[in-house]
Amino acid sequence: MTKNTKTVLLLLFIAVLIAVVPVAALKGAGFGGSDDAGSAMVEEIQEGYEPWFTPVLETALGGELPGEVESLIFCIQTGIGVGVIAFFMGRFVERKKWMDKQGGEDAPDR
Amino acid sequence: MPKKQKFLLRAYIVFAAMFVVAPASNAMHIMEGYLPAGYCVAWGAVCLPFLAAGFFSLRSKIKENRRNLILIAMSGAFIFVISSLKIPSVTASCSHMTGTGLGAILFGPCSVSILGLLVLVFQAVLLAHGGLTTLGANTFSMAIAGPLVSFGIYRLCCRTKVNHRAGIFLAAFAGDLFTYCVTSVQLALAHPSEAGGVAASTVKFLGVFAPTQLPLAVIEGILTVVIVIGLETYAGPELRAIGFVDRRKEA
Repeated sequence: MTKNTKTVLLLLFIAVLIAVVPVAALKGAGFGGSDDAGSAMVEEIQEGYEPWFTPVLETALGGELPGEVESLIFCIQTGIGVGVIAFFMGRFVERKKWMDKQGGEDAPDR
Repeated sequence: MPKKQKFLLRAYIVFAAMFVVAPASNAMHIMEGYLPAGYCVAWGAVCLPFLAAGFFSLRSKIKENRRNLILIAMSGAFIFVISSLKIPSVTASCSHMTGTGLGAILFGPCSVSILGLLVLVFQAVLLAHGGLTTLGANTFSMAIAGPLVSFGIYRLCCRTKVNHRAGIFLAAFAGDLFTYCVTSVQLALAHPSEAGGVAASTVKFLGVFAPTQLPLAVIEGILTVVIVIGLETYAGPELRAIGFVDRRKEA
């Protein structure tokens, strides 16, 4: 393993750890969105504040987006992003191999 | 910037200042309907010049070299991925990151505003997350203020010869946190508390957002460093084309 690979793996491990530890440590906690906590705070500061506009989608559907559908759309969002990144990363990786084989006028920096 | 663009940019600024039309003003996560109409319009107007500058800067970068489009697409995709991940935090609530640090470091703060806007519109329309009325305020906090801070800190770290990766980490970390600080201030301006006014409100909103966001900002910093390592390893020619590598050598 190169030094970079090790660094990347270590960093990813730390990132996962930071995300997982709260779930494991705080058993039975709700893990609602902090956006909703923000709404609750608005109502606390100004009692009886009514949002004056409901999301377009909720108006169209006549209610909140079902949880499953919401997670679907979040997945689509993630999927689009990962797809684009993975596609180009794949091309870059292959290109580097090819360029290295060519003896590389564009030799890597390190 | 060619003359015509300069003119257009100025026209936009004047347009924004004088003729205040409600644009999609979507600060990171202010919920639909939670900002009074005046604030929505005002934040939207503040965003317009940045968005116009971003549009022109992106266009000139693409004109300069069409291959720059690849990295632009990747920074946009990075925002897409990162801002779709809801991650549990120490305060027993979930939040997500902004992902704008990468774009800010690679392309500068203005270009990111366009990419961020795309993500915010996607989330506001399809997910009822954020909102169309608050789009301006959300764009300002996530796609303008955060990236500006990231960019500033990154440049500062380059100047002061801080370790390159540490600089990237700090930039993404601070940009993420700052986004939420701006969101808090925006909410507080619109909802000053009766006892202490805007300042007291800000503290309250910060109390909600900041502890949740702190660990997430660390994760965002880490992920940004990871993807930059990946790009540096495999996409050297592209990074050189946008001047990223030179900037680093200057440091």
